[in-house]
Formats: sequence, structure tokens, C-alpha cells
Amino acid sequence: MTMPAIDRLLQHWQRWQQNRRAIWIVYAALVFVLATAPFLVGMSAGSAWVRILDFILLYVILALGLNIVVGYAGLLDLGYIAFYAVGAYFFGLLASPHFDIHLPFWVLLPLGAVVAAMFGMLLGAPTLKLRGDYLAIVTLGFGEIIRIFLTNLNAPVNITNGPQGLNMIDPIRFGGVSLSQTQSVFGFSTSGAYLYYYLFLALVLVVMFVAIRLQNSRIGRAWVAIREDEVAAEAMGINTRNIKLLAFAMGASFGGIGGGLYASFQGFISPESFTLSESITVLCMVVLGGMGNVAGVILGAVLLVVVPEVLRDAVRPLLGDSVDPNAVRMLLFGVALVAIMIFRPAGLLPSVRRQREFASDNEVLAQEQASLYDARR
Amino acid sequence: MTPGADTAKRPASAWVTVSGLCKHFGGLAALSDVSLTINEGEIYGLIGPNGAGKTTFFNVLTGLYTPDLGDLLLNGQSLAGLKPNEIVARGIARTFQNIRLFANMTALENVMVGRHVRTHAGVLGAVLRDRKTCAEERDIRERARGLLDYVGIGRHTHALAKHLPYGDQRRLEIARALATDPLLLALDEPAAGMNPSEAGKLQELLQSIRARGITILLIEHHVRLVMGVCDRVAVLDYGKKIAEGRPQDVRRDPTVIEAYLGGALGGAEPGDGAIA
Repeated sequence: MTMPAIDRLLQHWQRWQQNRRAIWIVYAALVFVLATAPFLVGMSAGSAWVRILDFILLYVILALGLNIVVGYAGLLDLGYIAFYAVGAYFFGLLASPHFDIHLPFWVLLPLGAVVAAMFGMLLGAPTLKLRGDYLAIVTLGFGEIIRIFLTNLNAPVNITNGPQGLNMIDPIRFGGVSLSQTQSVFGFSTSGAYLYYYLFLALVLVVMFVAIRLQNSRIGRAWVAIREDEVAAEAMGINTRNIKLLAFAMGASFGGIGGGLYASFQGFISPESFTLSESITVLCMVVLGGMGNVAGVILGAVLLVVVPEVLRDAVRPLLGDSVDPNAVRMLLFGVALVAIMIFRPAGLLPSVRRQREFASDNEVLAQEQASLYDARR
Repeated sequence: MTPGADTAKRPASAWVTVSGLCKHFGGLAALSDVSLTINEGEIYGLIGPNGAGKTTFFNVLTGLYTPDLGDLLLNGQSLAGLKPNEIVARGIARTFQNIRLFANMTALENVMVGRHVRTHAGVLGAVLRDRKTCAEERDIRERARGLLDYVGIGRHTHALAKHLPYGDQRRLEIARALATDPLLLALDEPAAGMNPSEAGKLQELLQSIRARGITILLIEHHVRLVMGVCDRVAVLDYGKKIAEGRPQDVRRDPTVIEAYLGGALGGAEPGDGAIA
């Protein structure tokens, strides 16, 4: 789809929004699609795609969390995946045969969010005086430190089981029903991926709700103010230290929840899942989708999970086995990213604020060029 | 909302006492041994040639710098060592010489940020939107609108701050500072870049703010404004206070004239044109 086409779609959408009945139809369709998605996808594309659907939802949670730190508060965090790791290991260690502790998920998920939030503040504290590039480097280091700790904390006392990771992590259970087992509902037999979809969807909705509410609040305004001008924000009475730590903590807590879900869903985690490239992927979702805008960030997460998977299937028949399909896939993916950044620098669905920011800069540029032209004549 | 509603409830006096204030940057004495007092309800001017230490004084007063020596008291309570946000909470708000608005927020949002220090909603309130938070949010919005109208830029409510005309950006900074319910409003060259008619309107605004019971500390080069609006002025030169008093007396002070015009012209006719 070309970029003007997206704009035209958006315009149509905005015109549609004024029509109340149309809104209800769209929302009803959305609810229907979300409610039946795993079955629609499972029947049409195979159950491997249901797992991909689950991963989309996981990444939406992560991207919304990082969006608080990067999109709202403007703090460039390159080590965000560390909080995902903290959440995953917290869940994995306390619900697996490794220590033979098996706490229920409804204890572990909220606690995991709290623990991740504490790690968020731990990262935030030394970076409070840093900005821009320097902050990015420190957060990058923090992410790596967590991963290296997880890899090496198997001796002298075996805590994390090192590079082998944790195995046989408990699946999430509601009453006596384990989400990972195959269930048969109304004649459908559903694998674990189907049931996890609904749990993840519920949590995505909660996380979305929290993100949107925070955005339009006293706290949200303080975050944006810090992003815009930290000195002025402080001079207007904002306790920048606390508000920045709060951004780190809130973002990290979303990551912690995502990590816990990931651990129980996969049943296996190892430090390899939490590399720098994962942090970058989540950051791409936020930036490409539209920093600061919840809908944009969700779109970014969906595209960045789906497109590489589609390319995986699409590349092989075209090129055969002569070229490594994985390499071609990543090449195309990279080209797509560059193209989006060139044609839509504010992201695919920018927040209203950023849309105006970029639009107006272009206007100013056009005016300047016009006046330059006049001056030459 | 009546603009002065909240100021009436607070303790009356806003005495600012500055004693022996020193601030050095390396070998440069930006402020040396500056002492002055600002009385409640007055408009106090701080003037001096460029580089005299006026803005440094502001930055020390508002907590951006910590003083090397000396003390600042507001209502008898020391401000030295407090952080900027704590000083705002005590009742000193400021504007900046080079405008520092939140450029990509609307005018209304800018002023709403100013209410931050007087409001309390936290994460839980933001997420749950309980009745108290909703009422607080409504109050923030109404006061912010009221302040925009009060400083005369109500028509720009939903414009991005960076799109406002220059003079209106200065007014927006004043509105944002007023939103913090200050006892003392510190304005750093509010008339810079304004034409005479804009400066005249600014003078009216300052007098109206003073009428609300807010003490004003004003750094300004615009002589007519200083002469027209200030009750007392202090003159800084090379970080030292060289004169203090009523504007019409200070402008005839030979030391002041020398500071502005240099030693060679020290014998020039002291009078109206001297500082201008």
C-alpha cells in the first residue's frame, strides 16, 4: 500500500467516525474479529499462525510499556527487554520444577509487575541526570547486564540455570483447567495457543486502558512536559526525579507482565530470548507505529510481528533454496523500515500532537523556501 | 473563576530577604555579596548592564543554582539548597529570558502543567478516575482557561505553544507561572522583543497581577517599563549591587550612570537619557 493510500484511508476513517451508526458497526465488527480471531486464523492459515497471534498480543503489551518511557516521557531506553526478562524469570523461578516452587499465576503476574517496576527504578536512578545519547547507552548497558547475569548465575549457586534456561514452567491454570492443554469446546479441539489468546487479549485491553488513562492525566502531562523541556518542567514545580522514575517503573511493569505471560506460554525461557535485538524490535514498534499514540504503537507491534512471518513464507517459493531465505527476509524487512521512516517520519499512525509537530515543521520549511525564492527574485 | 480567589487564603506577607549571596563560576564572580529585601506586594526591579548577574540571581533564587555563600529567605524560611520544584511549592514562580514553553503542547496544556504543583492525582487516580480526580482535573482545566483569558490569550487556547506570536508566548509563560499560585512572581525580561504598545499592555498586566496580591521581581532592560511600574529597583554591575532605591533616584545615581556608560562618560549630564 502506498503512503497516500494510508492517508486517504485515515481521512475516510475520520469522516466515518462522525457517523454514529458506522462507529457501532465498526466496533461490533472489531469485537467479533477479536473474539473469533484464533479460530478464523487457525482454520484459514493453520495453527502455527495462532501462536503468532499470541506473540502479536505479547508484543503489544511490551510496545505499550516502552511507549510510556519513550513516547510519553521521551526517555530513550535501549534496554527495555531486561524488564521482560525480569518478569519471565520471576515467573519461571517461582513456578517450575527448578526450585520446585509452584505459585499460582494470579500471585506471580502482579508480583512480577511490581518486581519489574522496582528494576525499572533501579535502572532509572543512575540515569536521572542523563539525556539523549547518554541515556540510551546506559540503558543499553543495563539490558546487557541483566542478560549476562541470567547467563552466569548458575555457579557457585545455581539460581537461573545459566544458558540452559528454565524448563517445564507451569502453564497458567484457571481452577482445574490448564491453558496449555488441548481442550475440546463445542466440538472444536483447541490447543494451548487458542486459550492463551483470550488471556493475552484480556491483558492487552487492561494495559491499553491504563496507558490511555495515564496519557490524559496530570501524570501524563508531566511526562510530556519533561520530554519537551526538562528545566522548564522543574521550574514549574514538577518533581522531575520522581516523575521520571515513575515512567521507568510503569513501563517496566508492563514489561514484567509480558515476561510472566511469555514464560508460562512457552514453558521454557533462556537468556537467549532477551537480547539487544529484541529491545530494538520493540523500540521499532513504538517508533514506526507512532510514538506516543496507543493505536499507532499497537499497529506497529502487529506489523513488526506479522510482516517477517509473511515474508518467511513468501520468500522461499520466489528464490528457492539458492539464497538463505532468512537473510532475504530480514533484508526486505529492513528496506520496509527505511521506507516507512522516509515517507512517514512521525510513524504510521502518529499521535495528534506529533502529527501537528511534523506537519507544522514542514509548513515552516515550505514558507522559508518560498521566502528564499522571493529573495532570489 | 475569580483570578484572585486563591491568593486571598494564603499568609499575607511575602518578604524576600537575600543576604550576602555569592555565586562563582570558576574564577568569575557572577554574584558577590548581594543583599536585598523585597517587600510584600511591591514590584521590585532588577536592572544592570548585560552580564551583570541578573539572570544568575534569578537562577539562584529559583533553585537552578545553589549559592556558594549567603542565604535567601521567603517569609523567614530559608530557600538555600532547595530544588527548583520545592521552591515553586514554597511560592516562587518564574519565567525565562529565552522563552522555555513546552513547545509541542497547546497553550492550555502548558498552563495545566503549571497546576501540577498544587494538585495531587497519582497513577491510581489517573487510572481509576475516581470522583476526586475528576473534580481536580476539571478544576485544573477551568483555572487554566481562566488564566489564559486573564493574560489575554484566550483565543490561542488550543494552539501549540510554538505557533503563538512572540509576545503571546511571553504572556503564556506568565500564565503558566501564575498557575502555580505564586507569592512571588519572578519575570526575566518579559518585555524583550516587544514593541512599545505590547510593552504598554504588559505594564497593565503586571499592575493587575500585583493587584491580586502577588509580589513581582522584574528583570528588565526596557527603561520605560521599569520606570513606569517598579516601586523600587536594584542595580547590579559585575555581580555587585551598586544602587537600590526608587527608580527616579537610581537613574540619577552617578555610579549607575558610570556602570551603564563607562568611566569616560561619567561626567555626562545625569538625567533622562542616561540609562536609556
